[in-house]
Amino acid sequence: MSMTMSEKILAKASGKDKVEAGEIVMANIDIAMIHDLTGPLAVEGFEEIGTGKVWDKDKVVIPFDHQVPADSITAANNHIFMRKFAKEQNITNFYDVNQGVCHQVLPEMGHIRPGEVVVGCDSHTCTHGALGAFATGIGSTDMSMVLSTGKLWFKVPETIRFNITGDLKENTSAKDVILHIIGKMRADGATYKACEFVGDTIENMSISDRMVFSNMTVEMGGKVGLCEADEKTKEYLKGRTDKPYEIFKTDKDANYETVDIDVSDLDPQIACPNHVDNVKDASEVSKHVDQVFLGSCTNGRIEDMRDAAEILKGHKIAKGTRMLVIPASREVYSKCLDEGLIKIFVDAGALVTNPCCGPCLGGHVGLIGPGEVSLSTSNRNFKGRQGSPDGEVYLSSAKVAAASAIKGEISLPDN
Amino acid sequence: MEGKVWKFGNDVDTDVILPGRYLIYTDEETLSKHCMEGLDPDFSKKAQKGDFIVGGTNFGCGSSREHAPIAMKGLGIGAVIAESFARIFYRNATNIGIPLIEAPGIADKVKDGDIIDVDMEKGVIKTSSGEEVKFKKLPPFMLNILNSGGLIPWLKNNIDDI
Repeated sequence: MSMTMSEKILAKASGKDKVEAGEIVMANIDIAMIHDLTGPLAVEGFEEIGTGKVWDKDKVVIPFDHQVPADSITAANNHIFMRKFAKEQNITNFYDVNQGVCHQVLPEMGHIRPGEVVVGCDSHTCTHGALGAFATGIGSTDMSMVLSTGKLWFKVPETIRFNITGDLKENTSAKDVILHIIGKMRADGATYKACEFVGDTIENMSISDRMVFSNMTVEMGGKVGLCEADEKTKEYLKGRTDKPYEIFKTDKDANYETVDIDVSDLDPQIACPNHVDNVKDASEVSKHVDQVFLGSCTNGRIEDMRDAAEILKGHKIAKGTRMLVIPASREVYSKCLDEGLIKIFVDAGALVTNPCCGPCLGGHVGLIGPGEVSLSTSNRNFKGRQGSPDGEVYLSSAKVAAASAIKGEISLPDN
Repeated sequence: MEGKVWKFGNDVDTDVILPGRYLIYTDEETLSKHCMEGLDPDFSKKAQKGDFIVGGTNFGCGSSREHAPIAMKGLGIGAVIAESFARIFYRNATNIGIPLIEAPGIADKVKDGDIIDVDMEKGVIKTSSGEEVKFKKLPPFMLNILNSGGLIPWLKNNIDDI
């Protein structure tokens, strides 16, 4: 009866004693997330199916985050459409333009629990695997089935277990480790697979850092990015959810592939244009940056804001470079205010905006023009991702982003 | 079915298939005008109904945006053929009734502008030079969805059994 964590969660969700990789199961969904940008298509599909009511108004979560506040009449119309849907369906957990990025808001507001199945109309839904949930991104038509029936079919994934060991160097962070892994695995190295992140490096990390790993799992094709829930997970969940949950762990003799990675000598990494797996040591890359973006569901949490503020304190952003700081949620923003971080950012010359996805996907706030270079703490650097297809996007940690903003070129933090 | 090949490379991501700034639209016609814009701004003007998009490995990687296959559907793309596909795009395209064909070896055997013949029943692509490339047929469960015209029509017929 040995099973991986994914197999155990999907077995429970599909009412079976045992499932194995490759099998197709129809699973009950615990949480379904749609946002302002992918929601309208899912709702149109739901209306076409014609069940009238969503399967469970308490299990559907709707945050607005991609185009907030509305920057065009079309975006405003999408918001009106989604608000109307939330009201008609009496959706319990609807978060309007003031709450923040979906993958930050869901765990913060207590919608993510270990052992549950979470689907979202956003590829970075895998972020929630950091808390031990089987969480994955789906398209709008799949979501229309979920909204109507509360179920979705899954192929049970094979598992790759990343055993990550060693203490990180002072300026190396979780982002550098996952970029390093993606560089090794390549963009399709984990396609269709469940990735598990284990080992003492992960055990010693905060929930925030674990989210960076889970978040970027999709950049190597992974279906879910799981961390085993532990005392830190329980501590994070305290006060956020009062619903019971079950913690699943992979059996030692279950069927999985292991990849061992020692990170004790790893230096800060950079993903270069136009693919996330084009990873180099940051020290090898010399490049002027026009825009630095600190934020997103990857690195827009309070820990990232603290990392950046520590480096920016008492410094000015270089002439010819602009910096955009976007806390990932209202909770993060509020903590930044309490800790005096916003003042540090503003005094350094950064522009601080409301919690939202920002320029990450090139839809809203701070797009780059032809020939411009963006250094971003987000998760994708595809051609045209942050605006002009003739611009370039590099990806880094919050520390490297802050150091680079001061120098005006890709730089490492001083020790 | 016979059609013209539009050839692209490896790791064609959903941002180049349909850039993020157009995600505020949901209608097939508007989205189709921006199909493949990140790699070829004139693609929507040149592609004809029944044409094939051919890619390398990891086609459709990136975002869950269903807007990407919808843009292809709007142009009437006959099928997308690639060495391999990314997971979410594969489901999304099947769900809206676009055939995706995983045909290892295809990228080296066809070039832009070739006319190829795709036999879905036999699982064979005939290239312009007459060479045959076999492809894996969809698993029966997904073939059912595709043959129903997509997930929504399939679900309407099967909703009582779910």
